[in-house]
Amino acid sequence: MTDGNSNGSSRVTSESFEIKVGLAEMMKGGVIMDVTKPDEAKIAEDSGATAVMALERVPSDIRKDGGVARMCSIEVIEGIQKTVSIPVMAKVRIGHFLEARVLDAAGVDFIDESEVLTPADGEHHVDKHEFRSPFVCGARNLGEALRRIAEGAAMIRTKGEAGSGNIVEAVRHLRQVMGDIRRLTAVLPEELPTCAKELGAPVELVRKVAEAGRLPVPNFAAGGIATPADAALCMALGAEAVFVGSGVFKSEDPAARARAIVRATTHWDEPDEVLAASRGLAGAMPGIEMESLQEHERLANRGW
Amino acid sequence: MAREPVVGILAIQGDFEAHASALSRLGARSVRVRRDRDLDAVDAIVLPGGETTTIAKGLERVGLYDALETFARSGRPVLGTCAGAVLLAREVENHPVRSLGLIDAVAVRNAYGSQVDSFSVTADGELENLRCIFIRAPQLRRPGPDLEVLARVDGWPVLVRQKNVVAATFHPELTDDTRVHSLLLDSIPAR
Repeated sequence: MTDGNSNGSSRVTSESFEIKVGLAEMMKGGVIMDVTKPDEAKIAEDSGATAVMALERVPSDIRKDGGVARMCSIEVIEGIQKTVSIPVMAKVRIGHFLEARVLDAAGVDFIDESEVLTPADGEHHVDKHEFRSPFVCGARNLGEALRRIAEGAAMIRTKGEAGSGNIVEAVRHLRQVMGDIRRLTAVLPEELPTCAKELGAPVELVRKVAEAGRLPVPNFAAGGIATPADAALCMALGAEAVFVGSGVFKSEDPAARARAIVRATTHWDEPDEVLAASRGLAGAMPGIEMESLQEHERLANRGW
Repeated sequence: MAREPVVGILAIQGDFEAHASALSRLGARSVRVRRDRDLDAVDAIVLPGGETTTIAKGLERVGLYDALETFARSGRPVLGTCAGAVLLAREVENHPVRSLGLIDAVAVRNAYGSQVDSFSVTADGELENLRCIFIRAPQLRRPGPDLEVLARVDGWPVLVRQKNVVAATFHPELTDDTRVHSLLLDSIPAR
């Protein structure tokens, strides 16, 4: 992890948690877009995305086509890395630490251990500390977020319901995480061990959240964002940046919609700007009512 | 009448909150800047870290490039970190974006590689034990004669000053060390 420098001090490399969280900090206020090929990545970059997420199929296609969803092909990832200068993220299956090692060796900028892909391990998530690439993981509540951070995640994204084009689950999970945090700040110090037990999270992390009133890593939103107003809503509820999956490239005008979502994310607290961003767009992606999804079709239920 | 100086922080995208915390640890007040009119109320400006392409596109959209240049040319203090340093350079060599030309050096983006090549290290220079965090960092190359180099890592300039403008290719806002932000605050003229 360290080696000598010209002035005799030690050099700390990218396995360091501080450096991993550093990149997450740089993505705040931005939009991370799902892409499946280099020309989509270029459209995302040109629209002002802060990063792209490489995957084989966007979540709404995974939902439609079924089958096992795996890590993106290396050729596609490398093609995207050659095409854009912004950070390139890619997804691995929950618990698939070999897919993660492959992406780490390929030098991707962030690894998403994602419920959108078919889980590889029914019980365990990846031990994320050993990697050079930082990890982002999904969460529905504070306990789940802190379990992932304990495993080494440097960024949390609320799960929402990927590929649904329906913001309701993203809102539910954001309100849950933010509410859980607020409640912890009102608890007496001697009550925190019991809170940790109820949350199913390490007491040291629970104490940190209670003292700081925030997660120890950046907290982004994902799962169902389809419009500029959806993105602004997530920011207003406390998300520090947003992921847009199927919402861009399953809409009728990906480039214009991508630009509009970036604009609304920057200016989420200025209604005139969100209005301007919302004007003149062609159709959004089709959406799904949550009631029409069976329990096993709900991607957010994957992972613990 | 004397009043507390106010530092503006460009808030298009990036870690502007980390800069606000660093400044508040020094007892300085800060406000977010997204429009040219926001600049009227501030005594100095910070261009934060973030994604250079995103910030550059945002600056074009809100039409802030010219206003920032006028602000800096008026002599008021400017600090840019990482992406902010790229935006201050006279030229951006790879993946070019429009830059402000306030620092006489050429910025090379992602000069060390991807995130797996990010690192932290102590710099050589006047500020003792200055620990620098480099995140997909740029390098400032081919410096002109008016550029004062305040710190180096592996021989490369990482903290530079040209008149009222300070640029860091690392992230002082991510450590507890507030000396780089003090350089900015100390150069605000008393009023």
